[in-house]
Amino acid sequence: MDLTLKIWRQENRTAKGRFETYLVRGISPDSSFFEMLDVLNQQLVDKFEMPVCFDHDCREGICGACGLYINGRPHGPDSAVTTCQLHMRKFKDGDTITIEPWRAKPFPIIRDLVVDRTAFDKIIEAGGYISVNTGGVPDGNAIPIPKKNADVAMDAASCIGCGACVAACKNASAMLFVSAKVSQYAMLPQGKVEAKERVKKMIAEMDELGFGNCTNTGACEAECPKEISLSHIARLNRELYAAKIL
Amino acid sequence: MTKLDSKIPQGPLADKWTNYKATQRLVNPANKRKLDVIVVGTGLAGASASASLGELGFNVKTFCYQDSARRAHSIAAQGGINAAKNYQNDGDSIYRLFYDTIKGGDYRAREANVYRLAEVSNTIIDQCVAQGVPFARDYGGLLDNRSFGGAQVSRTFYARGQTGQQLLLGAYSAMMRQVHKGSVKLYTRHEMLDVVVVDGKARGIITRNLVNGEIERHFAHAVVIATGGYGNAFFLSTNAMGSNGSAIWQIYKKGACFANPAFVQIHPTCIPVHGDFQSKLTLMSESLRNDGRIWVPANMEDAVAIREGRLKPTDIPEENRDYYLERRYPAFGNLVPRDVASRAAKERCDAGFGVGTGLAVYLDFAEAITRLGRDVVEQRYGNLFQMYEKIVDDNPYETPMMIYPAIHYTMGGIWVDYELMTTIPGLFSIGEANFSDHGANRLGASALMQGLADGYFVLPYTIQNYLSDEIMIPRMSTDLPEFKEAEAAVNARIDKLMSIKGKESVDSFHKRFGLQLWDTVGMSRNNTDLEKSVQIFTEMKEEFWKSIRIPGEKNSFNPELEKAGRVADFIEIGELMARDALNREESCGGHFREEYKTDEGEALRNDKDFMYVSAWEYQGEDKAPALHKESLIYENIKVQTRNYKK
Repeated sequence: MDLTLKIWRQENRTAKGRFETYLVRGISPDSSFFEMLDVLNQQLVDKFEMPVCFDHDCREGICGACGLYINGRPHGPDSAVTTCQLHMRKFKDGDTITIEPWRAKPFPIIRDLVVDRTAFDKIIEAGGYISVNTGGVPDGNAIPIPKKNADVAMDAASCIGCGACVAACKNASAMLFVSAKVSQYAMLPQGKVEAKERVKKMIAEMDELGFGNCTNTGACEAECPKEISLSHIARLNRELYAAKIL
Repeated sequence: MTKLDSKIPQGPLADKWTNYKATQRLVNPANKRKLDVIVVGTGLAGASASASLGELGFNVKTFCYQDSARRAHSIAAQGGINAAKNYQNDGDSIYRLFYDTIKGGDYRAREANVYRLAEVSNTIIDQCVAQGVPFARDYGGLLDNRSFGGAQVSRTFYARGQTGQQLLLGAYSAMMRQVHKGSVKLYTRHEMLDVVVVDGKARGIITRNLVNGEIERHFAHAVVIATGGYGNAFFLSTNAMGSNGSAIWQIYKKGACFANPAFVQIHPTCIPVHGDFQSKLTLMSESLRNDGRIWVPANMEDAVAIREGRLKPTDIPEENRDYYLERRYPAFGNLVPRDVASRAAKERCDAGFGVGTGLAVYLDFAEAITRLGRDVVEQRYGNLFQMYEKIVDDNPYETPMMIYPAIHYTMGGIWVDYELMTTIPGLFSIGEANFSDHGANRLGASALMQGLADGYFVLPYTIQNYLSDEIMIPRMSTDLPEFKEAEAAVNARIDKLMSIKGKESVDSFHKRFGLQLWDTVGMSRNNTDLEKSVQIFTEMKEEFWKSIRIPGEKNSFNPELEKAGRVADFIEIGELMARDALNREESCGGHFREEYKTDEGEALRNDKDFMYVSAWEYQGEDKAPALHKESLIYENIKVQTRNYKK
């Protein structure tokens, strides 16, 4: 496949960015999207130019490091995949592909397509845990948990923290990310103890960091590579009301 | 000569850890506040250690190269974590987990360490449940288990095909709680480039801030290396792109011994290589071998027809299929340990029975779907099937998966004593970065167990035995000459790399080197090739420092510079792997020497001459390293030939 790439280049956080156009040839449809970018970067190094910087690590869809806006969609045209699992067979020979970094105020650009998602860590830091120290805990089977609840907790817990939900949202809201954590713990007896404090603290931190609110458009759910359901946001809202009113 | 003192406590095996804890020295809470500990790496071992040390009251500084601590490659572990809970009432026990791990490691691991690992395994499960890790449960609400290779009991706890992710997020969350409290300070996008040794003790590290290229000095009373394995030396592996051996290589060069570098795990169930531009290999969890059956065509003409696209796997009738693992190893069948399964796949493919490109075998779920129904199979393996389909564009519910062995894990690593301390006082190594528990082959679902055992339940104790002597040592200034010298050396190396301005990209060089390493120090090794490869790697090292090209600046975000430093170290690690493989004139676990095999082609150990840990000590640039031997003594287990046939 031969492709035209329009890629956002920006030297650092404060520099002015711009689109650059590149051509790549002879790409195998079985290549992953990043293997295609590897080919481009090899070309750039051959010309002694700076390769396109992008975040990536596991390249198997689980670390959550990757995240590109491809033709205006987070993680590109395929559904339920991260950018690293997107394969070139989803494109056609001769296509022009536009590649941008996540666009959200709480995720400032570091270089080219690399953004700073420390804000997600800060939200977890504010309360995304169960406050148990190492040691002195009861036997793993001491508290039975209905399979259905454990399964819902697992659905929520499969969030990889990539930020596609924020990038997809017109409000740059982090509600799907926050709700995944809140919902996971809300479904488990171990998480009940601090449920009220947790949801309040995490939401307050989210607001503080400049993420927007949720207006139920569902864009986050549609673009989430792990198909985290909007119903977790509903659960988060119930948890929040319970925490504030009850 | 560095003396290897393993510091194994006295007393019967089952009492050693209890006795150690009862008599070790501790640090009181007021003094803990005065002590700094650096942890490098935030995988299962690093994150759990940081969280636990922070909870105890130490000042912890934790470093990772990723943008978030949650992305360390433990996240990608799929299948599960072992524990000797015996919830299934199938005869499991601490002794049996210990026994299976020693046997699985082909009698090349230390008894006392492995027993302790089995002993704390149960507590890990309890801890993770308390943290809210959503393990799989059965309809009664209790924890579910599945089977893994090398065991005849079901002792593997799991969270769908994302167990590593869930355990890591548990440890990461626990650590973030300490970050919030201020007891852990987290440095993301920082790479450790050297360790600082003052008066013979580890006292800090030099790091590079990957965002702006700044070189920084950090002091601590003790340093813990939890940076994982060096499997990426091969270029193609199941490791993350950034996984590297640089931290352990730098401490090796400062005097920490490197143990069993040749012991590398080749995982039997990975998606086969598809082309020249491939950047990494994806693992398909070993748990698939619970229900999947592995086969190749029994007739050569069928294999050829499949490779040429004239036949499909579903066209091959049952009687013309060779379920070679079930044929060769009736007792364990498709659940033989990884080294055995990998070699058996290679044997069939080398004999011409491979499918796909010729370097692949089938992993077939047709029988499981008939037996259990599609729904059950989907519930157990749905996300793995989906991942396979996204990558390969084939539907494993309808046609068998294709798999082939790939580099996955390194059993070798930094030599540590029973306290997980290296040969440099005050420098510890935990998780995959050390060598201690898996001998010559690691069993499935044991890496997660070891990472969390070290971080939650072993290091937080043993490090105090060391730190109790440090309570009178005030925090040192990073303006000490030792810090300045280490920083100057790091800067000089970066300047040298940037000044090469050669012709070849780092990736291109890494690919060439990785292929060479795979060909000679991969699944099958021999004297002639190993001798040659030591020479080749020496030459490649010289070539690297003349031919590499790094665009961009050193004082900015520059992935090419990061990769260059790592590849420079991989070349040297590769040379040490070859030396170790050459020295070990036997076949054991993942180390297979063609000269040493039984008539049936099974690995042939030489216990008389090689029942030892080979620990290599750096002697200086371009000098051969010194070999130290730690004899392995088995008092509680009868050493025998591994047999998975009956």
